[in-house]
Amino acid sequence: MKLITAIIKPFRLEDVREALVALGVPGMTVSEASGYGRQRGHTEVYRGAEYTIDLVPKVRIEIVVEDADADSVIDAIVATARTNSIGDGKVWSSSIDQVIRVRTGERGHDAL
Amino acid sequence: MTMNSGDTAWVLAATAMVLLMTPGLAFFYGGMVRAKSVLNMMMMSFVTIGIVSVLWTIFGYGLAFGDSGSGLYGSIGLSHLASAVNSMPNNGGVYPIPELAFSAFQLMFAVITPALISGAIADRTKLVAWVIFVSIWVTIVYFPVAHWVFDFGTKHKDGSITGAGWLASRGVLDFAGGTAVHINAGAAALALALVLGKRVGFARTPMKPHNLPLVLIGAGLLWFGWFGFNAGSALGANGLAALALINTQVATAAALLGWLIIEKFRDGHPTTLGAASGAVAGLVAITPACAFVAPWGAVLIGFAAGAVCALAVGLKYKFGFDDSLDVVGVHLVGGILGCIAIGFLGTTTVNSAGANGLLYGGGFTLLGKQALAVVSVFAFSFVISYVLGTIIKHTIGFRITEEAEVSGIDLAEHQETGYEFGLASGSFASRLGSAREGAES
Ligand SMILES: Nc1ncnc2c1ncn2[C@@H]1O[C@H](COP(=O)(O)OP(=O)(O)OP(=O)(O)O)[C@@H](O)[C@H]1O
Ligand SMILES: [Mg+2]
Repeated sequence: MKLITAIIKPFRLEDVREALVALGVPGMTVSEASGYGRQRGHTEVYRGAEYTIDLVPKVRIEIVVEDADADSVIDAIVATARTNSIGDGKVWSSSIDQVIRVRTGERGHDAL
Repeated sequence: MTMNSGDTAWVLAATAMVLLMTPGLAFFYGGMVRAKSVLNMMMMSFVTIGIVSVLWTIFGYGLAFGDSGSGLYGSIGLSHLASAVNSMPNNGGVYPIPELAFSAFQLMFAVITPALISGAIADRTKLVAWVIFVSIWVTIVYFPVAHWVFDFGTKHKDGSITGAGWLASRGVLDFAGGTAVHINAGAAALALALVLGKRVGFARTPMKPHNLPLVLIGAGLLWFGWFGFNAGSALGANGLAALALINTQVATAAALLGWLIIEKFRDGHPTTLGAASGAVAGLVAITPACAFVAPWGAVLIGFAAGAVCALAVGLKYKFGFDDSLDVVGVHLVGGILGCIAIGFLGTTTVNSAGANGLLYGGGFTLLGKQALAVVSVFAFSFVISYVLGTIIKHTIGFRITEEAEVSGIDLAEHQETGYEFGLASGSFASRLGSAREGAES
């Protein structure tokens, strides 16, 4: 199994989520995140005092899927999250050893 | 003379409006500090309402408006408010309102003035030290200075006047307290910022305002209450009150714009904090001048105050003192600007009790008096505040520990937090009843 983590622009979340639902992805975790890539954040000025705000608000999506589904899920996220401007985000995947459904104790594929 | 119910009603209403300014100030300041110090910042204003109101009742009113004959302070002893139930105030002439209404109105000025100082020493002041400072400061600085400026003495039947404050009797024009309130508080703020020193991380770590909507609510309440402050100072429902009211409005509006224009050209963006700050700078500057200048003069004063104060708030970084919320840049600078501006723009066409400034053919006489008032109030307040602050610093200590300051003064001084953030809210130390049961979603 694979854990796919996507950091995207918050305003793209709804489209990405709909695309994933259409693909049949059964569940996901969404959280607010902040970070920066190559360009860093922005500046704010309060009574003439300038502050550099490095962290930019982002949304983090985490999805655990079967190995075979990983590529199509990644492709769907990349296609719907892209706006062709800087800060569109990153997607990465990693291998997962185990998943357990808490209510039933099912493990592995059955737990997805 | 019998009491005038219209005048009385206006002064009573204005009194309540001026009281509201201090909670308004608490919002204005509270929104500007970091989330971990919002309660302490607001508490410094609220506790001041408590302290000063009690001291006023005991001896403050007498010390400010009694008669010692010296011109430097009023009478020493009890205020004797109870004996003022049926009398009318004689302040350079008798006003047909209850003396108690006059006393309550003036009390609100005594309340907000020390509260203004608190913005300079945000995030780091021991509450007990603040309480002691405020108690002594109003006694030896505010009450006497209010006497200097606001006590026009007792007018006798033969027309003679006794017991006036030394600045009031010299013909200094300060309608609602540019000197006694704003320069006074601003000078004390500068002194305390120097005595207490900078906050941990000043000019290195971000200290952004944590709640700008709160700052705007505070500015709105100050603006509203200030009509009571300035127009109420006419002590009657009359043309002078109306002049003060319209001048207060237009000066504040112009100052708001002045500050925003500076920001647009200097920083690229006009900010809401700038709009709120500009409005307060305009309110400060028009305070002494509101009943002595024409409305066009008020627009000029306001616009200049907004622009000048927007530039002045940067000075603390240059000179390296941590006047945290710019009490110096707004109240001291705005107060001086307003007091001096009367020397140019004062005109007897709007108020026969006023005087003509330089631009109205009055020469330099008025300007000289105004400068004397500015310098003497600044010097007196700065020196006494610096000495008093230093004594407190070396006896009970003026600052909380560095650790308490970094983790947040709200928790250290009050065992409270301003905002409930869910996960970190902890659990009951002692539960009412047994363990909680039931469904969970
Ligand atoms: N190397 C990384 N490790 C972890 N998270 C990262 C990394 N790079 C970027 N992120 C996360 O992804 C978010 C978006 O990054 P962003 O799209 O700006 O990357 P970028 O490499 O700068 O690409 P672009 O040039 O398109 O802006 C960041 O705010 C951060 O949360
Ligand atoms: Mg980037």
